[in-house]
Amino acid sequence: MASENETVEPPGDEFKTLDEGNEPGGRRDGFLVASDSFEDFARLEEAKSSIKDRHPSGTINKIVREGSCEDPPDKQDEIESVSSGIASMATEEQNDSAFSDNGNVAEQVAPTLSASIHEEEELDEVHKPEWKGQKKHVFILSEAGKPIYSRYGAEDKLVTIMGVMQALVSFVQDSKDSMRCIISGKHKFVFLTRDHLLLVAVSCTSSSTPQLLLQLNYVYNQVLSVLTYSHINKIFKQRHNYDLRRLLTGAEKFFDSLLNLMDHEPGFLLSAVRCLPLPSAVRDVVAQSIVQHAKVKDLVFAILIANNQLITLVRMKKYFLHPADLHLIFNLVSASESFKTAESWTPICLPKFDSGGYLHAHVSYLDDNCAACLLLLTVDRDMFFTLSECKSKIVERLHRYNCIEAIREALTKYTYSISQVGIPDLRHFMYKSRSTAQFTSPELESPYHTASEQERIFGLYQYLHHRMHSTSRPLKILFHVGSYETLLGWVTSGFELYAVFGPLVTKPTAINSINKLLKWIKKEEDRLFILNSPTF
Amino acid sequence: MKSVEAKVVVLGTQGVGKTSVVLRYVGNSFNRAVSPTIGASFFTCKVLLDSCRVKLQVWDTAGQERFRSMAPMYYRNANAALLVYDITSAASFEDVKSWVSELKKNIDTAIVMCMLANKCDLNNERQVPKEEGQEYAASIGALFLETSAISNEGIRPAFLEVAKELLKLCEKVPNSGLNLYETMSQEKSNNNIVSPRNHVKTNFVGNLHDGREPEQQERHSCC
Repeated sequence: MASENETVEPPGDEFKTLDEGNEPGGRRDGFLVASDSFEDFARLEEAKSSIKDRHPSGTINKIVREGSCEDPPDKQDEIESVSSGIASMATEEQNDSAFSDNGNVAEQVAPTLSASIHEEEELDEVHKPEWKGQKKHVFILSEAGKPIYSRYGAEDKLVTIMGVMQALVSFVQDSKDSMRCIISGKHKFVFLTRDHLLLVAVSCTSSSTPQLLLQLNYVYNQVLSVLTYSHINKIFKQRHNYDLRRLLTGAEKFFDSLLNLMDHEPGFLLSAVRCLPLPSAVRDVVAQSIVQHAKVKDLVFAILIANNQLITLVRMKKYFLHPADLHLIFNLVSASESFKTAESWTPICLPKFDSGGYLHAHVSYLDDNCAACLLLLTVDRDMFFTLSECKSKIVERLHRYNCIEAIREALTKYTYSISQVGIPDLRHFMYKSRSTAQFTSPELESPYHTASEQERIFGLYQYLHHRMHSTSRPLKILFHVGSYETLLGWVTSGFELYAVFGPLVTKPTAINSINKLLKWIKKEEDRLFILNSPTF
Repeated sequence: MKSVEAKVVVLGTQGVGKTSVVLRYVGNSFNRAVSPTIGASFFTCKVLLDSCRVKLQVWDTAGQERFRSMAPMYYRNANAALLVYDITSAASFEDVKSWVSELKKNIDTAIVMCMLANKCDLNNERQVPKEEGQEYAASIGALFLETSAISNEGIRPAFLEVAKELLKLCEKVPNSGLNLYETMSQEKSNNNIVSPRNHVKTNFVGNLHDGREPEQQERHSCC
């Protein structure tokens, strides 16, 4: 992407810094862990040594233990240990030059890679034009080089190419180094090594290397969500060359849908969650209904979602949900048709919450005609019937207050149009409130109504996001004039704003516009964000 | 009218049609694109016999390997097990055998077993002869029916047979974990039964040998 004209602004008077907590959608007491996960993940390779921090386990056991004694001790430590894990990841140093260094290494290795592909004439899979032409490949293999998953093509036909990947990675590991990225022409080969698993992305999209790493990390979390870290660890400790596909049969669709979701859903990129725009009065009634009727011991989270948007979340005091975990829940629900037919009782591991064990989820839709899905997550595997009862009481109350009707209505119409904001020249925006880890953006409308244009605009956002969060030179404000549109990015301690204007907008107009936009978001914040954080 | 409540677990390899069988019985529908079950789904249905109403709580489990370790959660306290295999897959029949031995190992109360040889509409792709299935079922004292969710064959009879067996079990074996209720007004009694039963159920296992009638316990907790 050629940048025709860019200005990196020092924040001047026109960028009035808002008071902490006063930015639109901002609150000090959110229910989501408001870490800036993007930076965490961008630096995650450096944090490799601190395995304990990465796998904050024991939370579930802790709740079980506390549940059994009536007077629960302070759980703050647990949360602190989790967040200190995150903090320690954030303080690890890493800069972009590492990538370019590896780029040089890469240039020596890249021919080897393509040569070995050519040697394997009998494996026609990799020679099929449609396979080669895919924009983003993702592979999962075991440390021993056994194929586990490939986004395109049958993974067992890709044994050789995965063998090459594994060889490259262990070759570099031999010299006490780690392979991060190879850049060859338009393609980026990005490697993420985790305990027992190796994840590789091969992409010619506009995603930057850290963004690809972030996506791989989501895929890794998806593996954990299905099997738990402790289970994987146990299996591979017993048998180094175990074929993990056996345990993942049927879970491939979760990887597929996660990868498809990440190709267009900005929440992953922003590490934030989108809320269903809803009058705050309705949302309050929903939350109250849950609080009233789901006051059950050992119930950790009650989450109501629809179409990958959060409607409400009620949590056990002192426990928080990480946006990354919520994304996995979104993916689980949107990829599983089977929840629609009956109440389900499903084990799910939320890796950021506790990668060591399963939470048990009572999953059900509110109503046959309503796309809102209620998940009740507990640590007690025998609680299905209790929760089933809670659910029917909740639904009953929601019916009584016409909430289901209100949710259904909110789901059938467009969330909101950019024209409602009333700022000429502003075509689209994404606004993330950092303290609550929530974001909002209008529908994509003309000229971004075609799939290819939507892909392009998402690519521009990725570019803008990458520039703002570049580890070597993070920016506060960026004004980028492109051939078809002008981009403005603004990151403060309270929020992140990415805006797309028409190509002819001037800098003062754009700045004026986003100040207006912030006022508009502030005015609408009750509807666009969840500002309170109900607990059981 | 009397009424019996029973917990039924549906077991079998992935893709043999467990969910399709249940959906055919519960909703009388068939969907070719039914998606794999995650964890387990819960259904309730009633079977009316001449003298009795049998209320079934059906746990339709996921067949995928990764959920295998969760299975005890669902078959524990089960009064009946529907063991489903696919007549076009010999492997799925072998898997049923392993389920049977797992059940025998882990369940010490009496349980009604019923083998369903599913997909019998695909007779020309058959790998498991009917006789083989029948013989095996007889050897473990299980009911046996050939079923097809597509053509709605054998499914209604299967649930009916299971319900009858459950009633027999309930009358003959006092410690079966099944409860027989004398119901006055149907709706009301059902409501009474549904809510507290499951908390009590776990207790049943522990209290089996103290000689008390489970029914009395149940009544007690209802009030």
